[in-house]
Amino acid sequence: MAKHEHKLEIFRGYLKFKSNVQKIWGVLIFLSIVTAIEVALGILKPPVLMNYFLGLKLINWIFIILTIVKAYYITWDFMHVRDEKPFLKNTIILPLLILIPFLLFILLWEGSYIFDVMLDGLKEWDFDIY
Amino acid sequence: MQASSLSKTKNTSWGGGGMQPLDAAYGKLMMWFFIVSDALTFSGFLVAYGFSRFKNIDSWPIADEVFHHFPFLHGVDAPMYYVALMTFILIFSSVTMVLAVDAGHNNDKNKVAFYMLLTIIGGAVFVGSQAWEWKNFIKGEYGAVEIQNGEILQFYDIKKDKRIPIDDFALLQSQERITHDDNVGIWYQSEANLPEITLSEVMEGFKTNSAITVRIEKLDEKGQKIILSREDAEDKLSSATRVVKGANLIRNEYGNPLFADFFFFITGFHGFHVFSGVVINIIIFINVLLGTYERRGHYDMVEKVGLYWHFVDLVWVFVFTFFYLV
Repeated sequence: MAKHEHKLEIFRGYLKFKSNVQKIWGVLIFLSIVTAIEVALGILKPPVLMNYFLGLKLINWIFIILTIVKAYYITWDFMHVRDEKPFLKNTIILPLLILIPFLLFILLWEGSYIFDVMLDGLKEWDFDIY
Repeated sequence: MQASSLSKTKNTSWGGGGMQPLDAAYGKLMMWFFIVSDALTFSGFLVAYGFSRFKNIDSWPIADEVFHHFPFLHGVDAPMYYVALMTFILIFSSVTMVLAVDAGHNNDKNKVAFYMLLTIIGGAVFVGSQAWEWKNFIKGEYGAVEIQNGEILQFYDIKKDKRIPIDDFALLQSQERITHDDNVGIWYQSEANLPEITLSEVMEGFKTNSAITVRIEKLDEKGQKIILSREDAEDKLSSATRVVKGANLIRNEYGNPLFADFFFFITGFHGFHVFSGVVINIIIFINVLLGTYERRGHYDMVEKVGLYWHFVDLVWVFVFTFFYLV
């Protein structure tokens, strides 16, 4: 099958590989570094990153962003989405990109609302007392 | 054997004279549709987990305290190292899978077989690790006491400034109560195993050792579990109902039962995906060895199972983040 051409650039062309196999190893190294950073942060838990930003600790924002970075390279390079036609890319990515944040937003919002109600809205929720 | 099953099946499912919509083979596109729907299923689960967590944001169990075992290192506090290793194993098996797909594009049968084998081994190691993780979680470590309103109280040694297992301070009493099995009395009635340490033994031990207090589920502003004073601890313990050791779907010694429910459900569902992936990989591996794809002229099947395998890896990346890191 001669038609399997691979785009061999990652980081917007900053890093170019000579062959597909090389690119795979390069992506593995990158993913391992990201995982190592995550684990190091998770163990050290620097106090600076324990401050809250938009309802989440900074460290958790970093974890989520790094996870999405990892997800991007797994889909784009391991699952060859990078080599697919733009229309196929969008068919796969757009439904997820629209539906998941929507679901996240409504359920997390609802969750913290219920938390507030439990905390302030009710006189008592420990009904075993009565 | 029918020649048709081995003849060039390439592109036949689409029809239309070799034209392929989106330049993708039929099976590959169908695999992508499956992956998109499965991704939505998993995000539903993970978001449900997030919902429960936000609902109990001030009393959620601390993952570092739950998962801190490492094989062959007993009693060593190693939070996350093992999960990180598992993550790495799964990512590595993903890499061997891409290498197999790449070798398939070059019609290199031996290389495909070799990399498929490595992928299968990686997947099996991962499933085994997950089983081990489950075992530790189910067995528990310190043990705790549940009180009437369902809260979990863990025990804490003020002098040593660390948690103390219930086995260490409980005063063992001789007990006459034995487990009711279904071979005595009414044959169809039996009960779950009795806890090794009874509630009264824990309470006696608590009364005699004044250095012990309890930790409640609530978190302070630093995200640590609140440790009660001795008087408050006595007050709380007065409504104790049972000893809890380990975790199951109804209660767990680490705190909120929802934590265990979601852990078992989501990692179980993911583990089942990995398990099916390993089985499918084995089938494809055997087909590679038999030369099925060599005769077919292309290794598209390897590519399709590869997509599935990467997807399983992808899901784990998210599970890892939301269960262990965040």
